[in-house]
Amino acid sequence: MIGIFLAATFIISGCLVFNRNKVVNYLLVALYAALLLGLGVYEYQHLNTIQLGFFKADSLGVLLLLVLCIVSVPVLYHSYRYMEFHNPDETPRSRGLYFGAILLLMSACGAAYLSNHIAVTWIFIEITTLSASILIYHHRNIRALEGAWKYVFICAISITFIYVGILFLSLSLKQAGIDDMSFDSLIRNYNNLNPFWLKLAFLFIFTGFTAKLGLVPMYTAGIDAKDKAPAPVGALMASILMNVGFIGIYRIYSIVAHTPLHGWANNIIIVAAILSVFVAAVYMTRIKNIKRMFAYSGIEHMGLVMLGLAAGGIGVYAAILHILLHTLVKPSLFLQYNQIYRIYQSKSIYDVGNYFKYNRAGAILILFGFISATAMPPSGMFVSEFLIFQSLFESHHILLLVALLVLLTLIIWGFGVNVFKLLFTPPVGFDDTNVPRISPWESFSQYALLALSVYIAYNPPAKLVSMIQEAVKLIQ
Amino acid sequence: MIDILLIALAMTLLYMSIANRLYTYLRILVLQGFILFGATYFTLTNLSTINLLLIMLETIVFKAIAVPWFINYVIKRNRITRVAEPYLSNFASLIIVTSIIIVTIILSSSIKDENLDKTFFVVALSTLFTGLYLIVTRKKIITHVIGYIVIENGVFVLSLAVGNEMPMLVNLGIMLDIFASVLILGVFFNKIGDVLNDPDVNLLRNLKD
Repeated sequence: MIGIFLAATFIISGCLVFNRNKVVNYLLVALYAALLLGLGVYEYQHLNTIQLGFFKADSLGVLLLLVLCIVSVPVLYHSYRYMEFHNPDETPRSRGLYFGAILLLMSACGAAYLSNHIAVTWIFIEITTLSASILIYHHRNIRALEGAWKYVFICAISITFIYVGILFLSLSLKQAGIDDMSFDSLIRNYNNLNPFWLKLAFLFIFTGFTAKLGLVPMYTAGIDAKDKAPAPVGALMASILMNVGFIGIYRIYSIVAHTPLHGWANNIIIVAAILSVFVAAVYMTRIKNIKRMFAYSGIEHMGLVMLGLAAGGIGVYAAILHILLHTLVKPSLFLQYNQIYRIYQSKSIYDVGNYFKYNRAGAILILFGFISATAMPPSGMFVSEFLIFQSLFESHHILLLVALLVLLTLIIWGFGVNVFKLLFTPPVGFDDTNVPRISPWESFSQYALLALSVYIAYNPPAKLVSMIQEAVKLIQ
Repeated sequence: MIDILLIALAMTLLYMSIANRLYTYLRILVLQGFILFGATYFTLTNLSTINLLLIMLETIVFKAIAVPWFINYVIKRNRITRVAEPYLSNFASLIIVTSIIIVTIILSSSIKDENLDKTFFVVALSTLFTGLYLIVTRKKIITHVIGYIVIENGVFVLSLAVGNEMPMLVNLGIMLDIFASVLILGVFFNKIGDVLNDPDVNLLRNLKD
């Protein structure tokens, strides 16, 4: 099935790039969406089977694939809205390229989740870089070029780092006399791996994946890219593309976690994670660009996820739950952003305000989104963040927890100042005679995503819990 | 013979650290491409002919001819001034690159693994870090690209160290080289030249908070 899916993706993407007809474009994208959902259902029914030798539908991969399926439909729908309203000088060619690239990005992410071989994951990460850079440069102006250039360059360095990590990993295998580099075989043979090379391999692979995940040291490229890319693409980059980085780190960590290097790896992860939360806090308190604010909020959440992972115990469960919920919450904010832009024609917080007056449904959603992204109850992420705090407490990282809570308070303050300015303070010098009316139905899918995040946090289906626990077993 | 080639590669790094003109960088890249081919030829002895041809294509045709030629073309087309414009003086650069090499030698002497030829390790890591150093201390975008290609050369040397056991990894490395270079240079070729007449990094410095 995954072979059919990948082949079909390439064919559909190719057709989209060369097609100039609008109706055919719609049909192809709808066909792809059906195919993606089909893949999600198929992999869900074939848990833990090896496919094509290099892919394995393990529970973590399938969970991330399923949220990818859920997020992809609103993203594709809003892409069409974006083309219609946001960019009147859209040509059939740029539309074809946009949809071709976005489908390639989704498929590459999906395949990277399911890949059971580190080299295969790496290849799909290259494809995500390629397709994302096309999408970032969608607007063909100098700022978009700058975003695309920085993204390409930093991601090129990061995939080189991952490659160096793979080489070190192979050196650590050499001693054990194994030449099968699939994750299964690595976990089976963790006893025989040379610890020195494994250490270097973990360091390089972790650093490389931080570019996709959005952690210190390589988070910068993602911020500029999410700012400059069209908002639906920003929604993808802030959710499913970050999950690619997460699954890469999770899989290499699951090997290291069985070896004596476990504590050392935890320290590395904790340093990177708390620095990420710190960076996010610094920028969130002074940021004035709405889209970048959402992007930095993503950095904060990835820091939290990694802290949960490193704390162990219930934290690993919480980390996986948190990343699933984040994948549902963050796209809804990014997708909502275009409505703000349509009203104010600006992404600066100085130019916006009184949003309730112009778009009530959208304003309520921004409020809910704010509550969700800052993990206040009744947000779904409250549950997972609470569990992460608990795990930090149980693993005796008290000072770390205190620092984290201070930083999170700063983030909530910075986020809140901007969001409440947007919602309630009257804008200065804003001429509201020509404000477009926005149908409440355009916010429907975002409400659905937020509601789903609340539902699966407070009343998780038994199957979901068992799948997360199965993923946790890779580590513990 | 392999050692001589690898040490020659390390020496080109020292030369690169004090080079002033962009053309000097390009000549060094050409030389590195040939050195890499030589090193591959002598290291990977049990290679099939097709694989050897592939590596020859990648090191000589791609690394030593196509990429430098293309960068030269970009320099000419965009009339980039031919000075590298480092932030640090040549003397400081030379000291830093030398200390990079010394630190990697010290690091490698702490490894107790007879499976690995340490020369490969030292040369590969020092090339990698010199590339990173070139990226952070040179002003022009085109020198950033050159720095990235130096990093790739270092990674290629490292992949040779495991090449005999796992030829698949060498092929993956070749894929990385070609993919990343084409992506980076492609952006350069199509876009930067059209939107900017002067590909100076200062013009791409406005995205910030």
